[in-house]
Amino acid sequence: MKQFFKSFLPHPILSLVLWGVWLLLNNTLAPGHIVLGAILALLIPKLTASFWPEKVCLSHPVTILKFTAIVLWDIMVANIIVAKLILGRTQHLQPAFLTIELDIQHPLGISLLANTISLTPGTVSCDLSEDRRCLLVHGLHVEDADETINEIKQRYERPLMEIFESC
Amino acid sequence: MLEWILSALIIIGAVFTLIGSIGLFKLPDFYMRLHGPTKATTLGVGAILIASALYFGFKEDGISLHEVLITLFLFITAPVSAHLMAKAALHIETRRIQRTRQHPK
Amino acid sequence: MLTTALNIAFVLVTLAALLSFYRLLKGPDVPDRILALDTLYINAIALLILSGLRLESALYFEAALLIAVMGFVGTVALSKYLLRGDIME
Repeated sequence: MKQFFKSFLPHPILSLVLWGVWLLLNNTLAPGHIVLGAILALLIPKLTASFWPEKVCLSHPVTILKFTAIVLWDIMVANIIVAKLILGRTQHLQPAFLTIELDIQHPLGISLLANTISLTPGTVSCDLSEDRRCLLVHGLHVEDADETINEIKQRYERPLMEIFESC
Repeated sequence: MLEWILSALIIIGAVFTLIGSIGLFKLPDFYMRLHGPTKATTLGVGAILIASALYFGFKEDGISLHEVLITLFLFITAPVSAHLMAKAALHIETRRIQRTRQHPK
Repeated sequence: MLTTALNIAFVLVTLAALLSFYRLLKGPDVPDRILALDTLYINAIALLILSGLRLESALYFEAALLIAVMGFVGTVALSKYLLRGDIME
């Protein structure tokens, strides 16, 4: 049974996303589109399986939900902070390049971390070192560099490590 | 009631879009300019798109969620393009403003 | 009410597009111009959605989606060109 499931649905998350995107693109919940979307969602991952060598597995659904909520909230706060910084006097801004040493190893985890850093308060991820150990981040207004790095590690890296660790 | 929510969302969206462009206009160097468009503009357009989804949803008495697709797409692509542009700028060594600190040295 | 809000929004977003256009012309470096183009296409999406609301037509959605996809690909291609001096490898 498990073997059958594996060969039939190699990437369950990808299939689910494809199905959702198909329904959203057609903007309908008509039975015909539900069936057609499901067929496409089953076929496309099977046909493109060789492009997806690594398997994505997620654990700790509660952590995922909590992380999503934190990130969405931070995006709202980040925008108000950045808006204030932009509209205020720009002479007093203290931009800085920060280097964050990564503990997280999973490639998808690193890319998600870089994306969250770009979307949240006053920081944009700029470069990842070749060995995937250091992330270069530019801050718009950094008062205490160590504290900013610490906050990023505590707030975003920790939950992401928990989510991707157990693969 | 709905009209109020829609108007508020549209105005908030437009204001954030403008703030993003003001950042692009007045900040002194490339790396600082990067912050405006990636955050403010994305959220601004997201708010306008959600207003549009609400409007068409109520107008046709159903749900119209396909605008959410553009919002999601923008939220996924904005950090990626920002990262690539920053990487390109670092590669060709675009000048940065004097007071930019480097941490750790 | 909604019409007034839409009119104000049109003015604000057009201003935003003009500011981005100024940065596109002024530069001073190539990445600045790429960033200005990136902002301009996002502004164009906002304008399209606003005109869709104003004309009460859902037709503009497809155009906005296409601009979003093409704009992203364009930004990536231009940045890649700066990074490697070549787009395809």
